[in-house]
Amino acid sequence: MDSNTPKKQGGSLGESQSNRGASWAEKTFLAICYAALGLPLLLLVVLIVDVVIDGWPRLNWAFLTNYPSRKPEMAGILPALVGSAYLMLLTAAIAIPLGVGAAIYLEEYTRPSRITSLIELNISNLAGVPSIIYGLLGLELFVRAMQWGRSVVAGAATLALLLLPAVIMTAREALRTVPHSLREACYALGADRWQTIWRVVLPMSLPGILTGVILSLARAIGETAPLVMIGALTYVAFLPNSLKSPFTALPIQIFNWVSRPQAGFHTNAAAGIIVLLALMLALNGAAIWLRVRLQRRMDW
Amino acid sequence: MKFAHITALVLASAILGCNQPSGSVDRGQGGLAKQGGQAGGQQTAQPAGKEALSGSILVDGSSTVFPITEAVAEEFQKVYKGVRVTVGISGTGGGFKKFGNGEIDVTGASRPIKPSEVELCQKNGIEYVELPVAYDGLAVMVNPKNTWVDSMTVAELKKLWEPEAQGKVTRWNHIRPNWPDKEIHLFGAGVDSGTYDYFTAAIVGKEHSSRGDFTSSEDDNVLVQGIATDELALGFFGFAYYEENSDKLKLVKIDDEDPTNGDGPIAPSMETVIAGTYQPLSRPIFIYVNKKALDRPEVAEFVKFYLSNAPKLVKEVGYIPLPDRAYELAQKRADARRTGSLFAGAGSQVGVKIEDLLAAEEK
Repeated sequence: MDSNTPKKQGGSLGESQSNRGASWAEKTFLAICYAALGLPLLLLVVLIVDVVIDGWPRLNWAFLTNYPSRKPEMAGILPALVGSAYLMLLTAAIAIPLGVGAAIYLEEYTRPSRITSLIELNISNLAGVPSIIYGLLGLELFVRAMQWGRSVVAGAATLALLLLPAVIMTAREALRTVPHSLREACYALGADRWQTIWRVVLPMSLPGILTGVILSLARAIGETAPLVMIGALTYVAFLPNSLKSPFTALPIQIFNWVSRPQAGFHTNAAAGIIVLLALMLALNGAAIWLRVRLQRRMDW
Repeated sequence: MKFAHITALVLASAILGCNQPSGSVDRGQGGLAKQGGQAGGQQTAQPAGKEALSGSILVDGSSTVFPITEAVAEEFQKVYKGVRVTVGISGTGGGFKKFGNGEIDVTGASRPIKPSEVELCQKNGIEYVELPVAYDGLAVMVNPKNTWVDSMTVAELKKLWEPEAQGKVTRWNHIRPNWPDKEIHLFGAGVDSGTYDYFTAAIVGKEHSSRGDFTSSEDDNVLVQGIATDELALGFFGFAYYEENSDKLKLVKIDDEDPTNGDGPIAPSMETVIAGTYQPLSRPIFIYVNKKALDRPEVAEFVKFYLSNAPKLVKEVGYIPLPDRAYELAQKRADARRTGSLFAGAGSQVGVKIEDLLAAEEK
């Protein structure tokens, strides 16, 4: 919170200035900016309102706790919901240590060299690879080569690969925000690199890292293409009970309902979309809450 | 991108007003409760303990067969609580690929197995039992504002859809001179689907061969929206999608110019498909069961359950059941572990009555 206030002040200062002596060009530019901001927001509102109108009547406890069914009004999203939750937890468990570890290595242990710049180039390239390609990689690597089958863990590992570039990049950004003087002060007190990283750098950058991770997870929860590729199922009437259990996920269930002929399933799909949006919102909210809370603790 | 697609569709369906009447909820629940009772009653008659059965059954394959398999799996697991049935959608071709690699126990198919798929099974030593489970009609549809089309002959459809038509047959009056001189916009099932394979086999005469300049989608709702909003559209897809959208689409009657199976143009319906007069666009759809898997008691029980409950469940999910006799013959086929395809592994065949094929085999 505290760190935001100076920015806000700066903003309001700029605004008052512009109001006083704004040129015609600046006013036009500002109008275009508002329009550019307003249009996607309007689109989002239209989408959400429409989906809510369609799906709200269908949203009830039974919808959340029922298994899929051939009868739209009896069908629920329990296996998909639990499957998505399992996926997110496992994905986080794989992506966080790997991603943060890679970021610490790149930020704290290496010096800029040809190899590190090659690694960096590859990471930013990987961030732009379409998710379906990760699905193909996951299919060959996890499902076939490692013989994990079409299981939750194969799905989570694939999603983790997909998130890794984003996690590494945001974690590096967060590590960079820790002032160098703090590290030097730490060394001056006789701490070694390990102690400095664990006791000073990592706790200081934790809010930023967590925000990045959670935002990436919020993206992953809506991913369908890689999951379809590695063989997430459409009808599963039980909950995953092991790492190698078959599974389904929310976007896949929604996609199946949308493609059915009966209008009742389309309503279900709308209700499923509301649940998915709510989950994403909850994850994003958690990211903001964590950042604020941890930052407050960190300020001194 | 998927997500955008989904939301766009939801948006589209909302605009067109697909609100479900609230009364149908009660009906549905009542029906289910009744069914639960029936399933329970059936169970007590069975000697084998339902609790004793366990294991998992992996099903995949055609999206056309999926709703039937989903319904069967749902009811099956109410009775056999220890058995886990999972159903995926990989399409008929994708399903056969997994089936031929021994990754799954059962695959749904909206057309008979093809030679290349037979080869894959042979290579991996997989024997299969082919079981017909329902009929599906392919409907040819135009926009309701289209006043000039009432029926078409198979020859006209062939002229329109064959590969040579590309770039040449582009206006309605190219098909019949007295139809308007307006563009024709074509919509069809995705080229990886069994539906496309069957349509081309039945109309063009060669499986998987048609003109390429049409809007194709694996998602039939996209086709429904396309035809419903375009006055000049013509398209084909599964009959179940027509039934749910009959207010937005106009059915085209089909004349195969063969008086032996009904005179003149005939529209698809439950009756005409069962009677075999809606030809050539009605087809049997199948499940293929791995013979080795069929030796597992849970798979054998699942197949039995599938065939005995199909007449009721097939109708419920919008397809057309086979005659009872056909299900009996199919069960005999499964019991005898009769492997291979009734279609000799040659892919789609047009105008077959499945009970005749099954009966011929019995002799």
